[in-house]
Amino acid sequence: MSAPGLLVTASPHLSAKASTPTIMWNVIGSLVPIVIVSIYLFRISALLVLAASVAGALLPERIWSRVGAVRDGSALITGILLALTLPPGIPIWMAFAGAFFGVAFGKLVFGGLGQNPFNPALLGRAFLQAAFPVALTTWPLPGGNWLAFKGDTLALPLMSANAPDAVTAATPLGLMKFEHTSTSLFDLFLGFTGGTLGETSAALVLICGGYLAWRRFLEWRIPASIFATVALLSGLFFLIDPARYPNPLFMLLSGGLMLGAVFMATDMVTSPTTHKGCWIFGVGIGALVVVIRLWGGLAEGVMYAILLMNALVPFINRWTQPTLFGSRKKVDVAS
Amino acid sequence: MSSLSSLSATFRHGVHPPESKELTSGVVVRRMPYPDEVVLPMRQHTGSPAEPIVRPGDQVERGDKIAEATGWVSVPIHASATGTVSALDHWPHPDGSFAQSVRIDVDPFSAQDTRHRVLPVWSGLSPKELVGAIRDAGLVGLGGAAFPTHVKLSPPEEQKIDVLLLNGCECEPYLTTDHRTMVDFPERVLLGTRIMMRCLGVKRCLIGIEKNKPDAIAAIERGLPEDLDIAVAPLSVKYPQGAEKMLIKALVDREVPSGRLPMHVGAVVQNVASVATIAEVFETGLPLLERIVTVTGPGVVRPANLIVPVGTKLRDLLEACGGLVDDAREIISGGPMMGIAQKSLEAPVLKGTTGIVVLTEDECKRRETHPCIRCGHCLEACPVYLNPQLLGSMARVGRYSEMEEEHLADCMLCGCCSYVCPSNIPLSQLFQLSKSALQRKKRAT
Repeated sequence: MSAPGLLVTASPHLSAKASTPTIMWNVIGSLVPIVIVSIYLFRISALLVLAASVAGALLPERIWSRVGAVRDGSALITGILLALTLPPGIPIWMAFAGAFFGVAFGKLVFGGLGQNPFNPALLGRAFLQAAFPVALTTWPLPGGNWLAFKGDTLALPLMSANAPDAVTAATPLGLMKFEHTSTSLFDLFLGFTGGTLGETSAALVLICGGYLAWRRFLEWRIPASIFATVALLSGLFFLIDPARYPNPLFMLLSGGLMLGAVFMATDMVTSPTTHKGCWIFGVGIGALVVVIRLWGGLAEGVMYAILLMNALVPFINRWTQPTLFGSRKKVDVAS
Repeated sequence: MSSLSSLSATFRHGVHPPESKELTSGVVVRRMPYPDEVVLPMRQHTGSPAEPIVRPGDQVERGDKIAEATGWVSVPIHASATGTVSALDHWPHPDGSFAQSVRIDVDPFSAQDTRHRVLPVWSGLSPKELVGAIRDAGLVGLGGAAFPTHVKLSPPEEQKIDVLLLNGCECEPYLTTDHRTMVDFPERVLLGTRIMMRCLGVKRCLIGIEKNKPDAIAAIERGLPEDLDIAVAPLSVKYPQGAEKMLIKALVDREVPSGRLPMHVGAVVQNVASVATIAEVFETGLPLLERIVTVTGPGVVRPANLIVPVGTKLRDLLEACGGLVDDAREIISGGPMMGIAQKSLEAPVLKGTTGIVVLTEDECKRRETHPCIRCGHCLEACPVYLNPQLLGSMARVGRYSEMEEEHLADCMLCGCCSYVCPSNIPLSQLFQLSKSALQRKKRAT
């Protein structure tokens, strides 16, 4: 018996099955139902915005990242998530530009996957919000003709978009904030209201996120603490003055809270590495969401809440370092 | 007693690799035939290597001492077969290096019978005499680290020991050495326990066995003596349940502080196979000459649990199990989590070799490494609560002294972090390298 070409590697010689691309592609898979529903609701405009955003995210990753980086799926996630935070009527060149900015300046300048402090999709959206505030707050109604655009979908870059022709509607949060009218909670739960591509069905987001949490590809402590904080804080204010403040269920189901809490706050790269840190991170996001929504100048605050907490992650990690085995408990030798 | 009140006593964190023990868990221990040659490295225990006392050409009988201990933390080595010393040279060691070794050409006509070397009566001996006999028999822990048994049995006078903990976890996947020892030789385990308890003067003993070995639990429980306080504690199946600190935590809920030993929390831990060997020494009157080795894995034709003379080359051992299958790729001395991949089949079985695991192409597909995505899975896996993610990023840029501040010394290289890492970052390998780099630096100054 001669020694075959023996492989000599360092221990451990076994490894768990889930790899980083497995995690990424499972996240993409769980976004597919949400994408399908948003295309159903907002028709061809949704499809084009998604395509533009994905293209905008993949292009810089392909050009400037390491060879084969596109295959790990992380840039694709950024593209899809950014599109889901955009209004359906947005000109697609803006979607492309936002995704390009998010990946190039939000991720690649820091060194690519794993190095970015901020969620690239949200950074892309923050860029768009600052650059094109009108386009980012024009909300067409769902449904309608399959081939009709919801706005200046095909507008040329930097040509000022006229007031959209399509019928627009206010988002539930906008209605609440600026007109003090509420939307049916059941409509919110199922998702047939005005809003961004992805901030529609709370139920669907919860189901898709639940799958990821079950596979342990998503840290459930983050959305759980966000939801609990939002419910508790807004519940408190609702009890104090129900006429002025929205009811906590409305706060939970409206806007981008579901999508943000489940898919964006849980981005592994930009969330804390410790369990304790995840609770702190989630509570911080929840509190900021309530503060921005109730007293801020914007109707929606999920994006800034997450970005602000992203900035605190290195500190949260430092505060919540694990305590070395054997250094907590005093040793007591019997007898 | 918190340990027995709950049936799933365990520690926090850890991982659940596939157990893969079914290949050999039901295979009764049998003896392998003597090979043509045995190779006995002088370095097969923790501590200083032994010093050879034979020369090429010497005739040795099975059981003869061939190397002398060279200090307190050292043990003698004995000829594991009758024959002629053929050489005293450097030979492949399972740790990948070459080590000074005594090679013995085994006499093919010898019956390998031999006379007593140790008085096979233990009950008349004082604890001190018992420890001396155990040292002379060259006994070490058989669970892998091969720490000299007599050192464990001689804690400093001022250190109070109140409990003996036996390690029957065998948390490494594939291996069934301890399992079969408990099932096939329960009376030896319990006799060895009795001797150890006398040496240490302790009144209480707990035997921790993972719940995936119900037959071992039953076999030991059936033999429990009336006159001693020995109890079996079934433990959760989790890696590394058999690590000393984890076992102590699970059994008596005490945490060994950083840099301290089990005795500092009043416990002595010994692996069940080592305990059975203590009994064997006093039953047969022979020093440690052979041990049970699990030869297993999808790459072995007939997986088995064999009684193997120490010094048997892997080549001969694998041949006794029908050889390798065609696509065998990686041969590991020890378990797949902490064992060492072998580059040569000439390396011998040592006193501390628990098993030989042969993996095929399928099991050792090399996987691509990705950037760290800070998922935190390694923090949830580390049984001593380190931050492998932080340590790993430091190791990659050589910030070794900062790693020391982050408690690198407490890392026991169990491999849990590497096992769970979705980006396949070789964390425990990086930590091993960092530890050696720090040691080199210390030696240089």
